[in-house]
Order: sequence, then structure tokens, then C-alpha cells
Amino acid sequence: MLRIDGITKIFGGLTALEDVSLFVNKGSITGVIGPNGAGKTTLFNIVTGLYTQTSGDVYLEEKNISLYAPEVLAGLGLVRTFQNVELFGQMTVLENVMVGLHTKSKSGIISCSFKLPGQIKEERYIKEKALHWLEYTGMADAAEIKANNLPFGKGRLLEISRALAVEPKLILMDEPAAGLNSRETSALANLIRKIRESGITIVLVEHDMELVMDICDSIVVLNLGKKLAEGTPREIQENPAVISAYLGES
Amino acid sequence: MTKEKREILIFLIFTLAVLITPLFLRGSYYLNVLVFIGINTMLAIALNLLLGYAGQISLGHAAFFGLGAYISGILTTRFSFDPWLAMIISALMSGGLAFIIGFPILKLKGHYLAMATLGFGIIMFIIFNETVALTGGPSGLSGIPNIHINSLVFDNDLNNYYLIWVITLMVMLLSINLSQSRIGRALRAIHDSEVAARVMGVNARVLKVQIFAVSALISAVAGSLYAHTMTFISPASFGFNFSIELVTMVIIGGLGSIYGSFLGAAILTVLPEFLRVLQDFDIVVYGLMLILMTMFMPGGLISGLRLIGEAIGSRIKRKSVSNA
Repeated sequence: MLRIDGITKIFGGLTALEDVSLFVNKGSITGVIGPNGAGKTTLFNIVTGLYTQTSGDVYLEEKNISLYAPEVLAGLGLVRTFQNVELFGQMTVLENVMVGLHTKSKSGIISCSFKLPGQIKEERYIKEKALHWLEYTGMADAAEIKANNLPFGKGRLLEISRALAVEPKLILMDEPAAGLNSRETSALANLIRKIRESGITIVLVEHDMELVMDICDSIVVLNLGKKLAEGTPREIQENPAVISAYLGES
Repeated sequence: MTKEKREILIFLIFTLAVLITPLFLRGSYYLNVLVFIGINTMLAIALNLLLGYAGQISLGHAAFFGLGAYISGILTTRFSFDPWLAMIISALMSGGLAFIIGFPILKLKGHYLAMATLGFGIIMFIIFNETVALTGGPSGLSGIPNIHINSLVFDNDLNNYYLIWVITLMVMLLSINLSQSRIGRALRAIHDSEVAARVMGVNARVLKVQIFAVSALISAVAGSLYAHTMTFISPASFGFNFSIELVTMVIIGGLGSIYGSFLGAAILTVLPEFLRVLQDFDIVVYGLMLILMTMFMPGGLISGLRLIGEAIGSRIKRKSVSNA
């Protein structure tokens, strides 16, 4: 599904990522872990087109997407969520998800201004679909609440609902469990499994080891910008290099 | 009542109010003020689409207003075009210019964008002043013909009132439609988080340029109407001060509210009549209003009205409950 091939990223004199390669199987849940500053979010930013890598390539289903902009990638079925929850704060929950349907609709400025028949039909479709995704994630009750007024855990859930509305093939989640309590985290684990079962591939960066070991099929460990190890959760837990670099601390 | 039905009802009431207002007015003075309110409402809405919805500042919007007025004025006086045709050409040319300069300018953000649009406004102001052969320079361009439909000539206050307000109402309706569509949502999304909007598939770069062009196009229509109703234009109407006044209208009325733009335009059109006693110090009052509004009512007067409306509504509800 996703192949990252020899990515290097240098900021000024600092090497954030050095020759990182990894492969994500279709329909899998892949965890990317590593201590702070390991380059996990940088890797996400490169894959989603927010940063440009110094060298290396990214492939989505054998298509080289190295230089694609985020809005193009959304059309190809690649979306992400953010570590610091990037919601459209002044808009309602429903409207947030409706923006997620942007690539599924195409009315332009003229047909929107004049409310041409096609646009009215499309608008109805957008609203129905958005409500569907809110029901899917269990947020339908909050549809009319302004996103800024949501509690933090619900905000994370809204970001996932919005990403699902793009109907992606691949979702990258940047620390989806950060700031959630244990009840919310286990609900999140169930939701992530449900999303995977619907055929969507998931890659997540996460610090919550219990969650990562529980839901991931395979795990990649980054340390100081390099790939330290990869394998199944069990292999990672038993890998001596990983234990000394990362897990050994706990 | 659904949200959409309420929206339609509000627009119908507003339209009705606009259409019957002249019946209650005597003398041309008030009609004249209302004509200016109409023109300023169009301008405030145009700027609001850019500033209130997409969150992109422009401190040079008076230039597009001027461009519309001058292109229309020059085409009709020097090349004897029909005013309607001149209006369409001026709107398309201004929109086209905005589209071209929009690509480099709208890459900038915040203060840098403010400076770039400010610079654009000043350049256009200099062009209006210096190209004397075309624009008549500082002494202005006179003898611009009135708009007419067959034998109906828009040369008196009542006719002008209806001409300006029918077009203003159209601009309002189209802008309301746009703001409630996927484009409107995408613009607000860019305002709140450009990076998240892009990840959701919104082509922020192109959409910002498109809305900048639409905004310039509406401003140019207002400019053309201004030229044909006043029959005389001079650069002084299209300078930096007026750009700031437009920003003030949008902020005082309410960012991201079409009716707010009308409110802001109405207040800033009427207020100078009362501030004449202060002479040049009227700008101090605007500054003070801006400061107070951003401190205490960041949603603009329209949000203040909404709060008052809700307070009255809940009081009535409480009363009816205690009576029962």
C-alpha cells in the first residue's frame, strides 16, 4: 500500500531522518514508535506532502507520490490526523465532516452562488454522508456543536470522522491517543479496528505502548532519525536494541 | 422551521424592507444616503468574502472599486461604450487582474499580505492620478453617462435607489448561497486551519486566488455603478483611507456575516454625517470603534444583535413558563 524508500530529511544542519525505508501492507495497522525527536512526525509530514524530503521517494500503491501536495494526496485516498488536533474551530462538528467530503463533490463558485440544481443535490449528498460518518464514530449527538467547544477527546474523534469522510485508502494518525483517558483509549482501539475491518490501511504514531502492542500488526521503531527495528509487536518487545534504546527506560 | 427556511424568510423580509423604504422618505437627501449604503454594502460583502470567510486581509480593496469606476468611466466617455457593457468589461478586467496578481500575493500571510495589498492599493492610486490623458488625473473624470434600459434612464435618486439596491440584493443573495455551500465551508476551513483544509483535499492556493478575483469583480461592479450614478469620479474616492474604511465596515458589522456587512456599511456611511463637526478627527472615532469592537464584540454588531435577540427570547420563554 505504502512504500517509503530511503527518505532523508535535513533541516539546516540537523538530520531529522536518515535513509528511512519501510513498507506498509494493505489492510494492516502499522505502528511507528520511538523516543521524542526520533523523526516520527517529520516522516508523516513528508508522506502527506507538507514537507519535501531531501532525498528518497514515497510510493502509494506503486505510484510515486514524492512531490505531491496534500490536497492532491487527499484525492488519491491518503489523509492524516494531527498530533495537536487541527479542527476547523469556528465551524460545527457536522460542517467539519462536510469539509472532509470536499474531494467527493465538485460544484464550483458559479454553481454554488446560483444554487444550480446539481449543486443542491450534491449539498444534500454531502450532508447525508457527513451524518453517516458521525454516526459511524458515535458523534451524531454532537453534530451542531461548535468544534472549539468540544472536549479534547471528542476533538480527536472528530478528526478521525473528518478523515473517514474523505473515504481514504490509507489514514496516518499522529498520536491519536495522546490526552485521552483509559476509557476513551479503549474506545479508540475498537474504532481503529473497525476502520481497518472496513478495508482502510492505518499507520499510527503513538506513545501509548499498551495500545500499540494491542492493535498493531507490525511496528517500526525510529531512533534519532534512523530505523532501529521493525517486526511484529512480540519481536519488537524482545529486540535487545529496542529495549536498550527505548523500552528499557520503563 | 429549518435553518434554510429561516434564511430564506430573513432574505425576503429584508428585500421587502428595501423595496418599500422609499415610500416613507421625502426629499432626495435620504435616498442619496441609501444609494451610498447600497454601494458600500456591495463593497463590504466583497471584502468580507475574502477577509471574513477565507481569512485573508486586503488593505487595498479601494483600488478594485476605483478600477471598476475608471474602466467603466473611460470606456463610456472616451470610447462611447454602452454603460452595461462597460460594467461587464470593467468587472471582468478587475477580476482578471486580481486573479493574476493573486497567485504571487496570496502566497503571503498575515502582515506580509497586508503590506502587499497596501502596496497594490497605493500603486493603483498613483496610476489613477498620473495617467491624466485617460483618467483626467487629480481633477477627475466627468460627464460619465447614466445607465439606461431603453427609455428608462437612471438619472434621478429614486431610479438610482432601485438600480443600486436590486443589484445589491442580488450580490447579497449570491454571496449567502456561496457562503453556505462547499466553497463557503472550504473558505472557512482555510481560515481556521489551512494545513488541515489542504489535507482534506481543499486546494487552498487556488481557492484563495479565486475568491480574491470574485471579491475584486464585485468591487468593480460597485465601482462601475458608482461612476454611472455619480457621473463624476476622482482619485480621492479610491485611496488608502477608503480601503481602511472598508475593513472597518467588515469588522464592525461582523466578520463572516453577509447581513453584518450591510450593518457595517450602513453605520459607516451614516456616521460621517454626524461626525462633520469633528472635521479631520473623524478617523479617531473609527479607530476607537475598531478597538472597542475587537475587544468587546469580536463577532461584530451582528453577533451583538444575535445575543440581544437570544436574551429577549429566553426572557419571553421564562415569563410564559412562570405564567403557566
